Amino acid sequence: MTVQLDARPPVAPAPGHRRRTPGVRLSRLDTRYSPYLYIAPFFLLFAVFGAYPLVYTFWVSLHDWDLLGSDHPFVGADNYTRLLADADFWHAVVNTLGIFVISTVPQLLAALWLANLLNRRLRFRTGWRMAVLIPNVTSTAAVAIVFGVLFGREFGMVNWLLDLVGLDGVDWKSNRVASWVAISAMVDWRWTGYNALIFLAAMQAIPRDLYESAAIDGANRARQFWSITVPLLKPTIVFCVIISTIGGLQLFTEPRLFHSGTNPIRGGPLRESQTVTMYMFENAFAPHYNFGYGSAVAWLLFALIAVVATVNVLIIRRLGGRMPGGRAAKGDSR
Amino acid sequence: MGANPRRRRAAAALVAATALLVTTAACGGGDDAAEDGQITLTVDVFGQFGYEQLYQEYMAANPGVKIVERGTGGNLDEYSPKLTQWLAAGKGAGDIVAIEEGLLVEYKANPDNFVNLLDHGAADLKGNFLEWKWNAGLTADGKHLIGLGTDVGGMAMCYRKDLFAKAGLPTDREAVSKLWPTWQDYIRVGEQFTAKRTGASFLDAATNTFNTILLQTAGNAQGYSYYDTSDNLVVDSNPAVRQAWDTTMDIIDSGLSGKYAAWSEEWVSAFKQSKFATIACPAWMTGVIEGNAGPGAKGKWDIARVPGDGGNWGGSYLAVPKQSKHQAEAIKLATFLTSAQGQIGAFKAKGPLPSSPQALDDPAIVQATNEYFSGAPVGQIFAKGARELKPVYMGPKNQAVRTEVENAVRTVELGQRSPEQGWTDAVTNAKKAAAK
Repeated sequence: MTVQLDARPPVAPAPGHRRRTPGVRLSRLDTRYSPYLYIAPFFLLFAVFGAYPLVYTFWVSLHDWDLLGSDHPFVGADNYTRLLADADFWHAVVNTLGIFVISTVPQLLAALWLANLLNRRLRFRTGWRMAVLIPNVTSTAAVAIVFGVLFGREFGMVNWLLDLVGLDGVDWKSNRVASWVAISAMVDWRWTGYNALIFLAAMQAIPRDLYESAAIDGANRARQFWSITVPLLKPTIVFCVIISTIGGLQLFTEPRLFHSGTNPIRGGPLRESQTVTMYMFENAFAPHYNFGYGSAVAWLLFALIAVVATVNVLIIRRLGGRMPGGRAAKGDSR
Repeated sequence: MGANPRRRRAAAALVAATALLVTTAACGGGDDAAEDGQITLTVDVFGQFGYEQLYQEYMAANPGVKIVERGTGGNLDEYSPKLTQWLAAGKGAGDIVAIEEGLLVEYKANPDNFVNLLDHGAADLKGNFLEWKWNAGLTADGKHLIGLGTDVGGMAMCYRKDLFAKAGLPTDREAVSKLWPTWQDYIRVGEQFTAKRTGASFLDAATNTFNTILLQTAGNAQGYSYYDTSDNLVVDSNPAVRQAWDTTMDIIDSGLSGKYAAWSEEWVSAFKQSKFATIACPAWMTGVIEGNAGPGAKGKWDIARVPGDGGNWGGSYLAVPKQSKHQAEAIKLATFLTSAQGQIGAFKAKGPLPSSPQALDDPAIVQATNEYFSGAPVGQIFAKGARELKPVYMGPKNQAVRTEVENAVRTVELGQRSPEQGWTDAVTNAKKAAAK
C-alpha cells in the first residue's frame, strides 16, 4: 500500500505557464499517467487470472452446470441452499479445520523455537539455516506419496516402529483423527523450516541493545524470548498465520495423494480426511461433474478463509495486547 | 552495409516480424498436416490396451499416418476426469479416446461431443461385434453410434498355487475349479485356507469380490444392477444388489479379506509380498496381476473358473471426439483396432478378451495360453463363456452410485460399520449421489 502512496505524481509545475506546447502537455500526461502504466501489468494479470475466474466461478455457481451438458439453466441460490444443508460439506469443513489446527499450531511454535535456535551463535550457521529449508524444496507430490507409504496400515514404517515399542498399529487412512495427524505431519515437515526462516529474518532486525539491557536487568534467555522477541515479532507472526490459514484451508495435494486406490478424492471410506477443496473437486469433476455445485463449494471456501483469517488476526492481537512491550502492534495496523 | 543505423533498425524489425510470422504459422500448424503430408493421430487410453504392435503394422501400411498413444498404464480414475475436461473445453482430447463401459452412459448423455460413426458407414461393421456390445455403443434412440467395442471382461478366479499348496489345498486348475461351484463353496474353501495360517489372506479386498458377484448375479437375473433399464435407481429394490451384498458380508464375516484397498499402493505391495491367495479375475485383470506381482511370481499364479455362473466386468469402447481434426483417418484407425484382427493382436499382447465373435472363434484365441499363469489356457477359460455373456445394463450415474456402495462395503470390511448400518449408508449415499 505504502508503495502506491509514495508513487503519487510530482507536484504540478508552477502556475503562469498557462499556454503549453504539445511537448509540455505530453510530458504532463507522462508524469500523471505513467505510474499507472508501471503498475498496470500486475493488475492486468490479476484481472485475467484472479478477478475474472472469481467472478466467473460465481456466475457458474448460480447455474445447474453439468460439465458436459450443452445447456446450463439458471437456478439462483439453489446450489448454495443445498450446500448449506449438505452434511458431507460440513464434514469436510470440520476435517479441514481439524487438520489446520493440528498442523498450524505446532508448526508455528516449532518454527519460532527453531528460529530462536538459529539466531544464536552456532557453528555452520548458514548450513543449518539452509538445511531447514530443504523439506520445502522437495515436491509436494513426492512428500505426500512417501508419507502415504510410511503411514500404511500393514506395510508402513510408522506402524512397524509402533510395533517395535509394543504398541498396536493404527489404521492411519481410515481413522479420522489418525489421518489428520498423519497429514499434519506432512504439512509440518514441509513448512516448519520455511516459517522458521521468516521468523529468523524478523528476529535479526530486533536491535541487540534491547537484549543487552534486558540481560543487565537480570532477564534470563526464556524471559528475553517471551518479553522481547515474541512481541517484536508480532507483525511477522500475523503474516505467517494468515499465509498458513490460506494454505491450510486450501489443503489438497497432501490429503489427496495420501490416499491411493479407487476414489482417493473421498479421503477415505467415510471421508475421514476429505478437505473442502477435495469435496469441491469431487463435485466439479469425477464422479459428479456438477460444475455449478463445485463452484458454490469454492465460494463458500473463500468465505470460510476470510472468516478464519479474521478470527486469527483478532486472536493474535488480543494475545499481543496482554504481552509487555506490545508497541510492535502498530506494525500490523497498516 | 550496416553503416546506416536507420536501415539497420529497419532490417532488425523485418527479421523480428518474420520470426513472429514463422512462429505463428508453426503454432497454427500444431499437429496438422506437416509438409510431407503426414498426419499424427493421438490415441488416449488407460491401463493396457496392447496396441503397440498394431500401431506399427498400421503405420507401415499407411505411411502418411503417425500414431501416438497417451495414458498407457494409467489409472481409469485419473483418465476419465481428464477426458471429460477435454470434451468440456472442446480442446485437448486425442483423435481416438477409450471409454470404459461403466462411464459410457454418462458420455452418451451428450452424444454431440463425439462423431456419429453411423454417418461414416459404421453400420456395416455391426457383424464384427457381439450384439450387446454393439448396442451399448448406441444412444437410446439408436441413431447415434459413439463407440466401437474393444474388449469384454469375461470372469475367472486367479489364485496362487504356492499358497494353496502351503494350506494343503489342491493346486491343479481343474481340481481347484471343482472346489467352488458356488460362492458359498468359495467361502468354505476360504475358511479352510485361513485355518491353516499361511500368513496370507484368502482374497485381496471385499470390494472387488462384491463387484464380481453383483455383475454375475445381475447378469443372470434381470440384466441390470443399480439402475433398471428405464434409468430408475433400484439400488434398494433390486434383489441382485442385496444378494451380492449379503454374500459379501458372509465373506467379510468369515475373515477372508486382506482388506487391501483395491488399486492402492498397499494393494500393489500385497501382490508383491504374496499376501493373498485369490483374486476375482476378469480377463483384463491378468495383465494387472502380472504388472503388480512382477516377474518373480511368474508360474506361481494360475487361473480357475469363477464361483457361480459367468458374468462380465469391464470392457471398453473407442470413440472419435468431434474436436478431432482428422476424423476420417481416426475412424479408419479405430475400425482397424476394433476389427477381429486388431482384437486378436491386443489379446496376444496384454490379454483383453475380444468382443468380436470372429476373433473369439479364431484359433489364435482358442489355443492361447499364458505363461505367467503357469501356461493356463486363457483362450479356453475366458473365450468359452464370452459368447454367452449376459451383459449388465449401466445407468446414467452408475459410476457415482457404484462408488458409494463399494465404499459402504469397505466400511464394513474395516469394521467401521455393522453390515446393517453399512447397507443403510449404501442406500442413502447412493440416492444422494444419483441426485447430484
